[in-house]
Amino acid sequence: MPAPPLSLLWVVPALPLVGFVVNGTLALTRPTAKRAVSIVGVGTLVLAFVAAALAVAELARQHPAAPLVFRYWEWIPAGDLQVAFALQLDQLAAVMILVVTGVGALIHVFSVGYMHEDPGYARYFAYLNLFVFFMLILVLGANFPVMFVGWEGVGLCSYLLIGFWFNEQVNADAGKKAFIVNRIGDFGFLVAMFLIFRRFGTLDFETVFAKAPAALMPGGAVVTAITLFLFLGCTGKSAQIPLYIWLPDAMQGPTPVSALIHAATMVTAGVYLVARCGVLFALSPLGSAVVAGIGALTALFAATIALKQWDIKRVLAYSTVSQLGYMFVGVGTGAYAAGMFHLVTHAFFKALLFLGSGSVIHAVHHAYHATHTHEDAQDMRNMGGLARYMPWTAALMWIATLAIAGIPPFAGFFSKDEILGAAFAESAVRPLWYAFWAMGLAAALLTAFYMTRLMLYTFHGPNRTGEREREHLHEAPPIMTGPLVVLGVLTVLGGALNVPELFGGNAFLEHWLEPVTSLAHRLQPAVEVAHATEWALVAGAVLVAALGIVGAFRLLKPEALVPARLAPPDTGLARLLWKKWYVDELYDAVIVRPVMWLSREVLVPARLAPPDTGLARLLWKKWYVDELYDAVIVRPVMWLSRDVLWKIVDARLVDGLLVNGTAAASRALGWLGSRLQTGEVGVYVVLFVIGVLAVVGAVVR
Amino acid sequence: MLLGPSLAVSAVLFALGVAGVLLRRNAIVIFMCVELMLNAVNLTFVALAQQLGVAGQIFVFFVMAVAAAEAGVGLAIILAIYRHRHTVNLQNINLLKG
Repeated sequence: MPAPPLSLLWVVPALPLVGFVVNGTLALTRPTAKRAVSIVGVGTLVLAFVAAALAVAELARQHPAAPLVFRYWEWIPAGDLQVAFALQLDQLAAVMILVVTGVGALIHVFSVGYMHEDPGYARYFAYLNLFVFFMLILVLGANFPVMFVGWEGVGLCSYLLIGFWFNEQVNADAGKKAFIVNRIGDFGFLVAMFLIFRRFGTLDFETVFAKAPAALMPGGAVVTAITLFLFLGCTGKSAQIPLYIWLPDAMQGPTPVSALIHAATMVTAGVYLVARCGVLFALSPLGSAVVAGIGALTALFAATIALKQWDIKRVLAYSTVSQLGYMFVGVGTGAYAAGMFHLVTHAFFKALLFLGSGSVIHAVHHAYHATHTHEDAQDMRNMGGLARYMPWTAALMWIATLAIAGIPPFAGFFSKDEILGAAFAESAVRPLWYAFWAMGLAAALLTAFYMTRLMLYTFHGPNRTGEREREHLHEAPPIMTGPLVVLGVLTVLGGALNVPELFGGNAFLEHWLEPVTSLAHRLQPAVEVAHATEWALVAGAVLVAALGIVGAFRLLKPEALVPARLAPPDTGLARLLWKKWYVDELYDAVIVRPVMWLSREVLVPARLAPPDTGLARLLWKKWYVDELYDAVIVRPVMWLSRDVLWKIVDARLVDGLLVNGTAAASRALGWLGSRLQTGEVGVYVVLFVIGVLAVVGAVVR
Repeated sequence: MLLGPSLAVSAVLFALGVAGVLLRRNAIVIFMCVELMLNAVNLTFVALAQQLGVAGQIFVFFVMAVAAAEAGVGLAIILAIYRHRHTVNLQNINLLKG
């Protein structure tokens, strides 16, 4: 085990766990202690970020070629299966822990303002801290099972936080939907783990990846199955087709939760998993093609849905699904650095967008609350012109919008461009990637369009909130705008993390990740393209983004919008998009309803069913085995215990004779002895003399 | 020389003392009977010293000293009892009854 200070790595996840325990205790005992909850909740996260930064600094100093693995204890020693509770720190995990703790800390600070009036304040922070703990376990785990613990844990916290306001049925349902859909993905993860264990006899990342090139035939059935099952897990966690449906519903949770869990960190776990298992995906052309293909399809598909949503958070939710698709195109292409880069920049600008939307919803909700109006505080048709009332939020969200659209020099431009460039380069070897690249480009156009639409409808044009409500609209408090400003700075500067050589940069992140990705790159070399082509691609991407923004400005008329309660229903394609391509309805018709029908119609309710007869009854009664056991074993044992052992042996013999008998005997003996004590000296003397005579008599004789 | 009669007198005296202790109720009398027994033993010591050496005679002095001390303590106790209960009849004194 390497020397301290890095062996203290466990401190990083332990800090949020402490926060969870303290806040959980406070939530149960004194939920009104908001000050203490804020200090503990935010404090542990800030400390965790400092600890993570120190660990990464030390890692950067050593910059080892192999991951640093710390085995803390044997967790599952079962025959051939030896699983240790081990954490590992490498360049990939370093990126993730910085994002998780850094963005996490900012969102915790924002939550102090956003959730301040909520009665479940302490519970909220307890869950949020627990989430960060599990997320850190996920990214720091040194083997599949430890990672799976984190994987399940973040799913649990996601469920708890989506259904945070569980008094309303729709919120509780959204939580259940997320949980159940994720279960399907987890099934894939588990099967992949079984396959890996069967083939390698171990589940440690280091051993599996080292052995993989020798143990697995490239393109073979086993590695393809492993990668596809792993990716099934990713589609669940990272909301890709066909399991993306839970993420938009997850927006029922508090907005900071959407920012932290459903945009910046948890949903990127799938991307992290593919990058982590890059060796396996490099060995399976089919697996990586599925990853990139599903990613591209999701990116485009979700972007179309986002075009026509009215709920501000739903637009961002579909945008997240779409951007996650981009990341999968990156890691599926083998451009792990590009995928991770987009993960990091996306964490910045999407957290900023979500927190900004939270700030908007907070203001509108506040205005409606002040005038006791029951309107939807999240519907963009009820907003408009908010830039006048909340200039900071508007400006910062514009920065994030330009970043996500891919306008230079904001962070999103570099990362998105790198993914599209990698996809285009790959198409020289595998022509299928032309399609993925084209879909990515189309999605970029739509992204620029729908994000500009969101900004126009929310912040510009006339205000549609209402006459009386207008005077209650105001900018969020500094504790909420502060994190927004920090994220805004990161969004502007984040691109510097990995400026490609094309622009005279040094591709820092790519070189930083090299120790992790080198093995996969050796198996699947990256394709180089000429500088001229790269310039053309960059120009094309920027053009497309600009086209999207300009198009939105030209086509959309915020002045023509009417508040949600007055709006006519959409028709045609718009309705199709607004209804999200009827995917939820499709799943409902194909899966949910048949299952419900089977259970309701084919079978008669129990109270109406006739009793079974003959063999059916024999089977229904389980061959009467229970009854047999009851007669042969259970009843005799009961009789023996109750009638013999208890009533006779215990009550009469042990209690009566032994215990009480001894007591009675000693009492009788004592009574006899006490009769001798008359208190009269004469009697004593008589006895004494008799005794002396007896002794003397015995001696003399 | 007169060993037999000496021992006989001593035995009679001792028996009288025992009988007195057993039969009488008055504490003073019982006390005197105890003294009688002690002196009976003294007589035995002296008588046997004729044959068995001077140790018996020396022992008599020890017994006398002890008897004197006992007389002092015993009479003090009896006096204390009398002051308390205005009687020295041992039949009335049975506080140690079991």
